Amino acid sequence: MMPDLGKYGATVLGAYGLSVLLIVALVAWVLWRGARVTQALARAEARKAGRNG
Amino acid sequence: MSLWEYANPTKFMALSGRVLPVVAVLAVLALAVGLVWGFFFTPDDYRQGATVKIIYLHVPAAMIAINAWFMMLVTSLVWLIRRHHVSALAARAAAPVGMVMTLIALATGAIWGQPMWGTWWAWDPRLTSFLILFLFYLGYIALWSAIEDPDSAADLTSVLCLVGSVFAVMSRYAVNFWNQGLHQGASLSLDKEENVADVFYQPLLVAIAGFVFLFLTLVLIGTRTEIRARRLKALVARERME
Repeated sequence: MMPDLGKYGATVLGAYGLSVLLIVALVAWVLWRGARVTQALARAEARKAGRNG
Repeated sequence: MSLWEYANPTKFMALSGRVLPVVAVLAVLALAVGLVWGFFFTPDDYRQGATVKIIYLHVPAAMIAINAWFMMLVTSLVWLIRRHHVSALAARAAAPVGMVMTLIALATGAIWGQPMWGTWWAWDPRLTSFLILFLFYLGYIALWSAIEDPDSAADLTSVLCLVGSVFAVMSRYAVNFWNQGLHQGASLSLDKEENVADVFYQPLLVAIAGFVFLFLTLVLIGTRTEIRARRLKALVARERME
């Protein structure tokens, strides 16, 4: 299944490994920040609703 | 129905909530098909050997790096002219995505360049303008974070975006302007003579589509987060005043 990359194996796998790592880190950061802000907003909205009775 | 109606945060949240799952699924599918096809099922190039497989990451990442800045330019102009908050927040959301894509383009370019050119880096017009574009992304993100008042931050980052657009243009056309350096011309061209062979071209188009959908997905999520963060900031400020 794995293609024969010849003498460029480390080069090609290095490029793919680094790129996948950066993309996964970016996606994880975007999702993590989104979840954190959404939760904080929900708490603030709940406090506001509590104050307004 | 006007496009400007989506400058309303409520309408934007409703529309983006419906569009987001579709775009995300398309991103995963196109990325998986494009990268698996390119990595496993394409032949080696007769001159570059297996390193040609890096094209499926390098070219799409470089395209997104440049075009993300142009998207930021358009949305910054909309902010400066029409004062729509969603557009300023969309520019802010696009910056980290563009920055990472620029980093991927620079890194994969260096990794690819080492065996092909015999060097990781050269002060070639395209490479240098890409490095400057990366620094502009960093500066843009830092400026947004450094200014407390969101409207002032949007104003100043919009001006920075206008200035940085010069380097985004140079990143794309530096090879044509100076006609020198190590980097080749465009890999994709409407001129059939200049284009890569079909066996590489077809999976490359799918990989590009995957990167475009990934960009849209992340910018939509990021813009929704920025809209919520803005609302949160307003609520917290009101709490403090009470």
